[in-house]
Amino acid sequence: MSDLRDLYEEVILDHNRNPRNFLNKPDGTNRKAHGFNPLCGDEFALHLVVEDGIIKDVGFEGTGCAISTASASLMTEAIKGKTEEEAYALFDKIHKLLLQEDRSADVGKLAVLAGVHAYPTRVKCATLAWHTLHAALESENKTVTTE
Amino acid sequence: MSTVKQRITTTSGFDVEKARQDFPALHQQVRGKPLVYLDNGASAQKPKIVIDTISQLYAHDYSNVHRGVHALAERSTKAFEGAREKVRQFINAASTREIIFVRGTTEAINLVAQSYARNNVQKHDEIIITHMEHHSNIVPWQLVCEQTGALLRVVPINDSGELILEEFEKLLGPRTKLVALVHVSNALGTINPVRQIIKLAHAQNVPVLLDSAQTAPHLKVDVQQLDCDFCAFSGHKMYGPSGIGVLYGKEALLDAMPPYHGGGEMIKYVTFEKTEYNELPHKFEAGTPNIAGTIGLGAAIDYLTGLDLDAIAAYEHDLLGYAAKAASEVPGLRIIGTAREKASILSFLLEGVHAHDIGTILDHEGIAVRAGHHCTMPLMRRFGVAATARASFGLYNTREEVDALIAGLHKVKEVIC
Ligand SMILES: Cc1ncc(COP(=O)(O)O)c(C=O)c1O
Repeated sequence: MSDLRDLYEEVILDHNRNPRNFLNKPDGTNRKAHGFNPLCGDEFALHLVVEDGIIKDVGFEGTGCAISTASASLMTEAIKGKTEEEAYALFDKIHKLLLQEDRSADVGKLAVLAGVHAYPTRVKCATLAWHTLHAALESENKTVTTE
Repeated sequence: MSTVKQRITTTSGFDVEKARQDFPALHQQVRGKPLVYLDNGASAQKPKIVIDTISQLYAHDYSNVHRGVHALAERSTKAFEGAREKVRQFINAASTREIIFVRGTTEAINLVAQSYARNNVQKHDEIIITHMEHHSNIVPWQLVCEQTGALLRVVPINDSGELILEEFEKLLGPRTKLVALVHVSNALGTINPVRQIIKLAHAQNVPVLLDSAQTAPHLKVDVQQLDCDFCAFSGHKMYGPSGIGVLYGKEALLDAMPPYHGGGEMIKYVTFEKTEYNELPHKFEAGTPNIAGTIGLGAAIDYLTGLDLDAIAAYEHDLLGYAAKAASEVPGLRIIGTAREKASILSFLLEGVHAHDIGTILDHEGIAVRAGHHCTMPLMRRFGVAATARASFGLYNTREEVDALIAGLHKVKEVIC
C-alpha cells in the first residue's frame, strides 16, 4: 500500500478530484492542440493564450485517468505566466524526470510526478499533457499521440 | 471453503481445485499477494500438459513437417497432422481438409477477407458486421471495401449489449455478400444468437463467418450444427500456445478460393510458367508452419475435452452469475454488457475512477484485469465511454477470487475517491 501512495500521491489525487484550469477555454486562445493516448483512450484538448512570448492563460478539457488528469492540471498551473522558453525547458525537465534520466531537476511541486516512473505502463499517462503542450507551443494545431 | 468447493463440484460436476493444480503459473505471488488471474479474455494460462508436450517435442521429436523421409520428420508430421484431427473433432468439422492452421483469429479473418471476399464482392455490394466487433473483425473488411468499392453495414445493439435482430433482417438484402460477426463478445460477454443469424443469412444465400475467439474456451462449437461457413479462433485463448489459430471453412468454399500466401508447402508442382497448387488444407499453409504451437494446441484440446466442456461451461456460468451479483452490490459500479445470454466477461465502470487506475490498483492486490477499449473502440463509443475495466474468467477461477476482486474494488475507491 505504501508504494501505491508513491504513485497516487495526495497532490495527484487532489488534482484528479479537482482539476485546475479545467473546462476553461480562455478568450483569445491562439495556440491549441489535442492529445490522445490510443492505448487507453485518454484524450485532452489544451488551449493557450500566448502574448509577447508569455503564456497568459491556459485551460484544458477532456477525459483521462488520475495520473493523466493530475499531470495536465499541475502542468497548467506551472506554465501560467511563464515564457515559452521556460515552458519548453520545463517540458524537457519533466520528460527527463519521468524517464528517470535526471532525478535532480528542480521542478517544484511537479516532483510528485516522479513516482510514476516505477509504473512503466503509466508513464505515457503522465506525459500526455506535456506532449500536447509541446504541440500547442509549436502551434501544430493537430492531434498528438503518446504512441 | 470446502463447503463452497463441495457445492460447486456437485452442481456442475467440475472440480476447480483439481483443475487449478494443472496450471503452474497460477501458483505464484504477485506483489506479495496470491495471483488472481482474471485476464483470460486477453489470453489464458497454460496447463502443464501443454507446456510438457511442447518441451517433449523440442527435446525428442522435432523436425520440419511434411518434408523429410527420416524418423524425426515422420514423428513431427504425425503429431502435427494428429493435432489437425483433434481440432476437427473439437469443432465437429466434416473433414480435416476444412481445418486451416493460421497464426490466430486475426489472420484467419484476413485470409477470408482477401481470398474469399475480395474475389466475391463488387462495387456497391455489402458486407454486414455488428457494432460489437473486435477490431480484427472490422479492419479486414474495411480493407476489402477499399479494394472493391463494397460497403460495410453495421448491425446496431441495444443498451444491454444485444444485437437488434430486426435491424439485421432489414440490412440483409440482395446486395449482402457476407455476414461476419462475433460469437461471444470479448468486451461485453454477450453470446450472440448465431444459429438464428446463420439461418436468416442462408435463406438469402449469404455465407457467415463466426469470430469464435472467445467461444472456443468456454462453449461447445459444433460447426456442422451451427452450419457456419467460416469460423475463426485462437489457440492462446483456449489454454494453448500463442501464434497458432484455426480457420474452419466449408470445403466447397475453400476449394474455390485462391491461395492467400505463396511459397513452399502450398504447391504441388512449380515451373516458372505455372504453379499447380496443393490440395486442402495445405493450399492455405505456405511455408514452415508453427509446428510446436500446433502440436501444443492439440494438447490443449485434449485437456479441455478431458475435463468436459459442458461441465466447464456450467461452472463458469455459475461463477459469472456470482461475480455479476457481487459486483452490482459495489456502490457506483456499473456493468457494461447485461445481455441475457452471457459468458465469462464482466466489463464495468466505477464512478469517479478511470479504468486504468482500477487496473493499476488491482495489480497491487495481485489481481490481473484488463483496462482499456478491448480493441472495440466503436463499441466503447456506443456506450459513451473511452475504456472499461474487464474481469474475464477461465475454468480455473474461483468464488474466492471473485471475492478478492470485490475487496480490491473497495480498495480502489478508498485510494482514489
Ligand atoms: C472476439 C475476438 N476476436 C478476435 C480476437 C483477435 O484474436 P488474435 O489476437 O488471437 O488474433 C480477439 C482477441 O484478442 C477477440 O477477443
